[in-house]
Amino acid sequence: MIRLRGVHRAFGEKVVLKGFDLDVPRGATVALIGASGAGKSVVLKHIVGLLAADRGSVTVDGREVAELDQEALYALRRRVGYVFQFAALFDSMTLAHNVEMGLRRIPGLSSRDIRRRAAECLELVDLGGLGDRYPAEISGGQRKRAGIARAIATRPRYLLYDEPTTGLDPVTTTVIGRLILRLREEIGATGLVVTHDLGTAYEVADSMAFLHDGRVRAHGAPGEIRISGDPVVRSFIEGAPELMETIA
Amino acid sequence: MAGKTLDFVGATGRAALRFAATVGEWGVLMQDTIRGLRAVRIWGGLVFEQMMRIGVASVPIALFIAAFTGIVLALQASYTFTGAVPVYLVGSLVGKTMIIELGPVLTGLALAGRVGASIAAELGTMRVTEQIDALETMAYDPAAYLVLPRVLAGAVMFPAVTLLASTLGIVAGWLTAIQLLEMSTPEFVRGLEAFFVPFDVVFSVIKSFSFGLTVTSLGCFFGFRTRGGAAGVGRAATSAVVASSMVILVFDAFWAAVLL
Repeated sequence: MIRLRGVHRAFGEKVVLKGFDLDVPRGATVALIGASGAGKSVVLKHIVGLLAADRGSVTVDGREVAELDQEALYALRRRVGYVFQFAALFDSMTLAHNVEMGLRRIPGLSSRDIRRRAAECLELVDLGGLGDRYPAEISGGQRKRAGIARAIATRPRYLLYDEPTTGLDPVTTTVIGRLILRLREEIGATGLVVTHDLGTAYEVADSMAFLHDGRVRAHGAPGEIRISGDPVVRSFIEGAPELMETIA
Repeated sequence: MAGKTLDFVGATGRAALRFAATVGEWGVLMQDTIRGLRAVRIWGGLVFEQMMRIGVASVPIALFIAAFTGIVLALQASYTFTGAVPVYLVGSLVGKTMIIELGPVLTGLALAGRVGASIAAELGTMRVTEQIDALETMAYDPAAYLVLPRVLAGAVMFPAVTLLASTLGIVAGWLTAIQLLEMSTPEFVRGLEAFFVPFDVVFSVIKSFSFGLTVTSLGCFFGFRTRGGAAGVGRAATSAVVASSMVILVFDAFWAAVLL
């Protein structure tokens, strides 16, 4: 289980998180929605220890991330797959090598096992046969899927998706949404999906949390968020800034 | 007037603090890099590739510079010595200068441009495209994976390239002497041997070793702290070259004061 309690984080003068609370129960998929720049990706980076909270607590499987030594932090990261917003593939490596990178950090895996498992992961995201391509040689949607293949290669317990559908056309967005659902069934990972794409959030999430002004403003099942009467939530869902003005 | 003085003092203080903070950040990266030595499985297989990229690929530019430096040294020495100093000392000047000064420093400065900028731009691009974050999420220590192989390769290859360049510079000076200055080979060699001491080579290696550490570690440092997209990558590359060049010249004076 991932649990964040009272997390505060500022970058210089800009305070991004102001007492952020969120639970991601085992086996569930939670969508964290909110406007661009609200701090959604910052939340993900706290979970894997890429950022440290100024105040508050971030625990994964009951252990405080900020208190882990380097070995324990690496062990945690091996249990977490991270899908980056722009895939963050290593552009000097082929897709197969990208996927193999995480596997090479697992003790006891032979080179043959690593290659086989990387090929399986690429197959799982429908990129079988493209393993020898470089990231610059494939489309944006394929890069996203390659990023997902890399994240699932170590068979993680948790999958963190950072804007998995941003910048994609509607068809590819649907493909990615279905892929997230399929992966949940096939590898059973707990998911936290950061997105401002409501369609994807409604499709993949068991529950949704709306991040606004550094805190979770609303939290509930997708159906509850969809009919929320909170004008701030409604403003986001309907894309209607005038609703925000009514509360300002 | 007092206000302007206070502004100046404040600005100087802030600049000094920024400089101290930057040096401190570099120190932290180097500490992480030294700690990364334990993770041989991560960096062990990467050093050879970096030695090829940093060292072998830099040989042509280093030799080009050294050859013309050797030619110019011989011609200028002859011009300066004519009628005043025995001409065989052309060999002394070319040899001594190439080995203890121009070989290491010109190679260092040339490689600061070629290697330092390349490392800063490569790692800077990896930083702004979150590739370094991706490495971390896959349980890789970025200092061990990215910095250590480059710094080790620089420490080994800078002295090697420098020795090669110094040798070619001397050969170019010799060819110039016998072809254009009407000197004989025995005369040139006599001059070459007259003031040569083996420590000169050790001195050259020590200097170029420190230049290698400087250029690669600063390239990595500025690459790692890159912010702000393509413009940030450009700034990182420029900062790496400027800082490396300045530190090389400071080290040049430092080693001369300490070891000679």
